Parts: sequence; structure tokens; C-alpha cells
Amino acid sequence: MILTKEQQAILDGEKGETLAKVMKTLVMYGEAFEAEKLVPITSKYNHLVTSFGLKVMSPVYDLMQQLLDAGVASGQKFSVDPRPIDKNVPANFLQNLVFNKFMYTKQNFYEKQLEKLGLIDKDAFSCTCYMDEMGNKPGKGDVLSWAESSAVVYANSVLGARCNRNSGIIDIMGSIVGYVPYFGLLTDEGRKATWIVKIQTTKKPEAQLLGSAIGMKVMEDVPFVRGLDKWIGNELDDTACAYLKDFGAATASNGAVGLYHIENLTPEAAELGESLIAEGAKEYIIDDAELERVKNNYPVIWKNVDASPKLCFVGCPHLSLEQLKSWTDSIESELKKNGEKKVVIPTVLTAAPNVLKAFEETEYAPRLKATGVITSYICPLMYMNNPLCKKMPVITSSNKLRTYTSARYYTDAEILGIITNGGKR
Amino acid sequence: MKKFEGRVITPGEVTAEAVVTKQGFNTLASFQMALQFGDKEVKCGDQNNEELHGKPLIGKALCLPQTIGSTTGGLVLYCACAMKKNPACMLFANHIDSLAAAGAVIADVWVDGVTMPVVDSLGEEFLNYVKDGMKITVKENGVVEVED
Repeated sequence: MILTKEQQAILDGEKGETLAKVMKTLVMYGEAFEAEKLVPITSKYNHLVTSFGLKVMSPVYDLMQQLLDAGVASGQKFSVDPRPIDKNVPANFLQNLVFNKFMYTKQNFYEKQLEKLGLIDKDAFSCTCYMDEMGNKPGKGDVLSWAESSAVVYANSVLGARCNRNSGIIDIMGSIVGYVPYFGLLTDEGRKATWIVKIQTTKKPEAQLLGSAIGMKVMEDVPFVRGLDKWIGNELDDTACAYLKDFGAATASNGAVGLYHIENLTPEAAELGESLIAEGAKEYIIDDAELERVKNNYPVIWKNVDASPKLCFVGCPHLSLEQLKSWTDSIESELKKNGEKKVVIPTVLTAAPNVLKAFEETEYAPRLKATGVITSYICPLMYMNNPLCKKMPVITSSNKLRTYTSARYYTDAEILGIITNGGKR
Repeated sequence: MKKFEGRVITPGEVTAEAVVTKQGFNTLASFQMALQFGDKEVKCGDQNNEELHGKPLIGKALCLPQTIGSTTGGLVLYCACAMKKNPACMLFANHIDSLAAAGAVIADVWVDGVTMPVVDSLGEEFLNYVKDGMKITVKENGVVEVED
């Protein structure tokens, strides 16, 4: 890798041993991908993936402390993934004990570290930092040092920014020195599609299921998706963006997708069209049967597969304001049909703190509250990340949550049926 | 014995027993429960990986195509190394992915006293040949010896 004089000086230790180690990490990381240079980060803010003060992650806090002790801070302010605990979310005595006295005992300590390192503010905790209400929305062509997989795939695909699927810790190291290695999804070549995915379904495919199918098939490759614009339109409006947010999160967690192109819709596909497709691209056809096959292959790891759900999470990744409103309408309407006043299963809709604040200012908020649904800024994945939840029958329409926990996946429509009448209809 | 030659990501020499997956290795899903709740064998917790689910990972020669899943993956791998609960080595059939590379590099630069050799680009034939339980020796130069 060819470094500038300034970069080489940092690597040689002229600005201290710790900064030299940060630079060495980035150089070695880049060299693993034959990166020839480091390029400047151009986004206003960074976004970090590690938001949780898990006691067991002490090596992370030790490393952060090394950075702080050396007087090293992030060159950019940053947002970070959602907090792992929220007292609004139902938890029994034992769960509260495990969360507060065993698992997340480092939460306050870690949040103080984040503040010192450059956290935007106390509400900058969400996996959907790119929501207008959160204000961390990079522009087309911006070079990022982000890591959160669902945010990276959204920034690359929907916003047209440029970011590799970096790991936690690499994210902050990039913004400490202000550079990232130039490879992969930062390059024009790396953004070419090596798969053509043809959507041939008879109805609008479920975003989280379609993303899962594509992620499992293409793994880390870039898919060019044809035929989806028929179902979600040719404009990146709120509905299309919310769909792509959920779709992308599933491609990234069920596979390792960092960028997708949707024909006639996402910025680069709209601008460059078929020229984005690499020579020899493979083909994957998705019809109703294929989606059904994928869904039927999900393992159910509940102890009792016939158990009644005890909790429902919707919002991984966090919901948009429009999604919160849409869920409010749907839940109200279904409850009315079923002759119920409140949801029959404890249900949590999760969204970013500032999205929840905006929602609270709408007339939808009291209506949703009346249905018994709880709203929260929590990370459902972190909530479920313990053996107590493994024994608990939790349902979700998030394919990411299904992948990393024992939560059982249902489509949005199925979830609606289950929470409003126990799925009897 | 069969020899394969790959590219060194982080150097080192080690001999260990193989555990093999032909599908993407989901680092977070595989390690999270074991690291959090003190599983000494560090059994793989990824319910979607039938080849590895429930098998011990600590001290093994983990043979895989690539890693997949959450971008906490590299951080998780770094923590596994810092806690000395890591595989003995990681041997990739494909080019290494960004998450595994990050984890391997962060561990190499920031963790003292732990060596986890990582070699990539060993080829499809490597994964077709190697089976669970085979004895694997990794050399400093990226040569991987597999004994039946």
C-alpha cells in the first residue's frame, strides 16, 4: 500500500504509539484486500455498531480506554447502534436481574467512553441513524467508515454512499485517522453486480423474506434485482425506503450483502442501468415457490414448537415514522375486525429515539398506546441475547432477529393476525 | 497427507484438529452465547449451520469458505482471541471477507500473547478434501498440511 507522508508518519509513530497501532490496523486490513491506498472519509458523521455495555466484552472497553488514555478521539462525531435495555420493554424479575446485574453492567461505563470519543448526543442510539429525524444521512458518493450491517447496506444501496462492510472497532479506527482503505465497495469495479436476481412473484414479496432468500444465495456478492420496481415503484419515497431498509437488513444478516441495486429505483441502478452488471453474472429466479421454500426451511428452535408466543418484536432494524403510523392503522383495524380492544400478545414496536419523539407528536401515538402496544428504542437482538430468552417463545417479522436469536419469524401479515387474535383466523 | 497453499493474513504455526463448514460461518451467531455465558468448549451457537451447531470451536482448525452475518463479527473474533477462546487457526477456502480480516488483524495488532494464524485462498479443493477430525498443520508461509 502506498501511503502519503502524513499517513506514513502516523504509522511510524510520530504521533504516538497508539495512533501508530490504529494506522497499522487499517493498513493490514487494507492489505488483506490488496488496497493500494487509504482515502479520506467524507461523510459528516460516523456510525458505530457497538452500543452495548456487555460485561463479557471487556476487551472492547479496554481497547477504547487505550485510545482515550492516549488522547485519541474520533475525528468525526458519531451515532451508534441502539441501547440494549429499556425499562418499557416487558421483562420478568429474573430477566431484569440478568440484564442489570450480570449482562449489561458496563453500559454506563461504555456510554461515558462513547461520549468522550465523540458520540453526537445521548439520543444518537439507533441502527437507523440515516432516518431524517436522526440526522446522520450521508450523501451520494460520500466515503464512510460505518460498520452496522443494515446501515451499511442501506447507505450503499439506497443513498449511494460508499462503505465497505467494516467490522466493529474498524469503524472508529477509520474516523480516528480520517482514512479508510480503498477496496471493495469503495471502488466502481467492486460495486458491479455479479448476480442478476429476477423477481417473478405473483404478489409483492415480503421484504424480509426476499432479502433473506437473496442473502443466502449471493452471500457477499452484489445483486442486481430486476422486477421489484413493479411492486415497490420507481421512486424512493418513504414506503419504498422502508421496504428497502428491511429487505437490505435481511440480505446483510442472512448473507453478507453490502450493496444491492434495484433496477429503475436505487440511485446507481437508475443512473447506470445494465452497465452495473458484471460480465458472467449468475442468475437467480425468485417466484412464490422459492420464497415459500426459504421460509419453510427456517428452523424453529423453541423448546415447545407449539407454544403460545409470549412477546412480539417488530422493528429490527428500527421502524421509520411512516412504518409506525402504518402499524398503528393495521393493528387498530385488525383489532376492530376481531372484536378486541388490545393486542393479545405483548408487542413492542422499536424505533430510533428521535423517530419515537416525532411519533409522540402525532395523533397516532395515543391510538397505538390504546391498543396496548409498547414503543421502545431498544435493540431487540440485544434484549434476546441471553439463555432466558432462548426458552421464551418470541415472535418477530425481522429476519435479522430470527437469524441471531431464538425468535420465530412470521410475515408482517401473520404477525398482525397473531397479536390481534392469537392467529386464530 | 495433502498440502494446500494459501495466502497469509496473520502469520503463525499451529497444529490442530479440523472442524469444517462448507457454508458461510456466522461469527456473531456462532460465538455470542458461548462467550457471554462462559462455555469452556465454545460450542458453535449458530442454529442455521447444521455442520457446526453444537460443536466446540476453541483450539480447533476452523475450515470455512468465508464468514457472514453481523458486522460485529470482527469485534467478536477479537474478543474471542483476547479471552483466549479462539479457534487455533482459521483457514479460508475463498478470499477472506472484510469482517474476518478485521477480527484477525485487530487481534494481531492489539492482543498480546495470542497467535491465531489465518490463511485464505486455499481453494475449493481444500474444503472438499478436509473433514472434521483431520489433523491440520499450518506453516508460517501459508502452507496447510492435512492428514487423514
